[in-house]
Amino acid sequence: MQIYRGHVLVCAGTGCVSSGSRKVKAEMEKQLEAFKLEQEIKVVETGCHGFCEMGPIVIVYPEGIFYCQVKSEDVKEIVEEHLLKGRPVKRLMFKDRITEEMVPHYNDIDFYKKQNRIVLRNCGFINPENIKEYIARGGYEALAKALTEMTPEQVIEEVKASGLRGRGGGGFPTGLKWGFARAAKGDKKYVICNADEGDPGAFMDRSILEGDPHALIEGMAIAGYAIGADEGYIYVRAEYPLAIKRLKIAIAQAHEMGLLGEDIFRSGFNFKLNIKEGAGAFVCGEETALIASIEGRRGEPRVRPPFPANKGLWGKPSNVNNVETFANVSKIIAKGSQWYASMGTEKSKGTKVFALTGKVKNTGLAEVTMGLTLREIIFDIGGGIINNKKFKAVQIGGPSGGCIPEELLDLPIDYDSLIQAGAMMGSGGLVVMDEDTCMVELARFFLNFTQLESCGKCTPCREGTKIMLDILERITKGEGKEGDIELLQSLAETIKSTALCGLGQTAPNPVLATLRYFRDEYEAHIKEKRCPAGVCSALTSYTILEDKCKGCTACARVCPVQAISGEVKKPHKIDSSKCIRCGACMETCKFSAIIKK
Amino acid sequence: MIIKTAEDLKKVKEEALDEATARINDGTQIMVGMGTCGIAAGARDVMAKIMEEVGKRNLKVAITWTGCIGMCEKEVLVDVIRPDSKRITYGNVTPQVVQRIITEHVINGNIVEDYVVGKLDK
Repeated sequence: MQIYRGHVLVCAGTGCVSSGSRKVKAEMEKQLEAFKLEQEIKVVETGCHGFCEMGPIVIVYPEGIFYCQVKSEDVKEIVEEHLLKGRPVKRLMFKDRITEEMVPHYNDIDFYKKQNRIVLRNCGFINPENIKEYIARGGYEALAKALTEMTPEQVIEEVKASGLRGRGGGGFPTGLKWGFARAAKGDKKYVICNADEGDPGAFMDRSILEGDPHALIEGMAIAGYAIGADEGYIYVRAEYPLAIKRLKIAIAQAHEMGLLGEDIFRSGFNFKLNIKEGAGAFVCGEETALIASIEGRRGEPRVRPPFPANKGLWGKPSNVNNVETFANVSKIIAKGSQWYASMGTEKSKGTKVFALTGKVKNTGLAEVTMGLTLREIIFDIGGGIINNKKFKAVQIGGPSGGCIPEELLDLPIDYDSLIQAGAMMGSGGLVVMDEDTCMVELARFFLNFTQLESCGKCTPCREGTKIMLDILERITKGEGKEGDIELLQSLAETIKSTALCGLGQTAPNPVLATLRYFRDEYEAHIKEKRCPAGVCSALTSYTILEDKCKGCTACARVCPVQAISGEVKKPHKIDSSKCIRCGACMETCKFSAIIKK
Repeated sequence: MIIKTAEDLKKVKEEALDEATARINDGTQIMVGMGTCGIAAGARDVMAKIMEEVGKRNLKVAITWTGCIGMCEKEVLVDVIRPDSKRITYGNVTPQVVQRIITEHVINGNIVEDYVVGKLDK
């Protein structure tokens, strides 16, 4: 056996690949050869570490030294200084934003300190294209335990007792769902994984698929055993090519080792997996639309009941869970429901992976114990707001969720507290917004998304969201009128209670949440024709303060549409009919002579 | 191989763990001083010998390396850190000494006193 004294882990998640990790890996192999270290140091491609802001990420074991934003030019220095001479390269380590000290070890970085990585335990630590690395970390032990020591009923009881709830949006208890599918009569049943991650900014499922695909496969096989299914489908969007590639490799390797296929662990249980690539319609995240899409029909939802547990894929009893839910299962079976239920809040157990995006310093993926506060996630893990601006709100749950304002930042996060606050867990997307965000424009943005993604089958969603969008567009253009807010509210309530599926029923949420917490901004747009955040261009104008303007001409030179005129050393003027409100002049002015109203 | 029992899985796991020792290890650590002084005194050969011995005997040991620690005249310096005892620093280590350190100390827990230059509480 070839042993290596060191392993260099190069992140090959989508985030790091797009910031250049492939080049880094190639250069690493070249330099290791040049220094004759290729027999001593092994290069391992891993999945995502979650700290995408700092990519490409390289970690050197056994010490666990964490390098970030590594470029191929830096590789030679890492090889020569660190791998050959044992002097870790300080300048490439993570720099703490407050103390400004270099932090050499992974686990000491603030971003990771408050995390509790259970689902993401292997992401960024193992090579996802090698099943043996998953097995080295205890992989497939839970499947062996379930198949050889437990009855299907015991598996379901264990999942019920753990308190695991669906991580895809609604938060339905997973064990209960499995129980329905188990109880349904049928000679053929299916397990389906919803990997149609569609919320803007959410990428936790992709990271699991890319970084630890066997965790999903093992969870699905356990679910198959529990409900009595011998076949499963993974519905994954085609715009996740790397995830699909790694899934295919993982499924093939599991088959080769007999962990999928027939008579697994000599238990008589057979299980095979298929991948179905979806075309990326948001509505296909709804389970009945997803099933229709697998069957080759148009992705449209249908009325429930009957629920998929009784009448699912090809009319057979089926159980649908999302990627993160399945990825929790093997740990619950291996370590027991008590261990799992000891984490979290009263009604929400375990951890949740959040995708931190927007105006936050550390964008990336963070897995935290349920019940942590939003403040801890955004300020401790996320590092606070970019450019030290003021926090305004955070959108939770993507276009189906709502915003949470500053006064609720200390809310412990779980399924129920978020619903009470007018948002929802959703898949866990967190879009952080600073003081420069217009909440009316935000509602318009999300409604525009759901409106475009509406499948058009039911009237409330097809027509209702369109009318709501028209009203919001009018308001942002300064054409809002008295009664618009009330009309929006009444439309929202009607759509919520009458739309056919989750997409329509939750589409008005961003409007309702912004109205609940930022009604004054709507009123300013409608009554005063003013955008308080200065975002809506029709309601914003730039003016030059004559007494402060020195006539330096800097603004006139930077204006892309020649809207600024004036003589040198004399106050300038902005022609608001020409001005496109880009703000370039205000950024350029050294004398704070330009203001936005 | 095809896994059919929990024992099969365990066997594959142990093999896989051997290959991943550099990452997953809470056992003994051997650390070689690889500063310029260490390399000049022959640390590369010592390192090669350590890897050869560890590989040959299939030991679950993490091999790490560090920069100069200031005792340049005693290079090559090799530290052995067993989970249950003090950190032992050996000086003037040659490939021949490596063999003794591995068999006597790493495997059997008997410190090779002839070459010890320091003992540290962890």
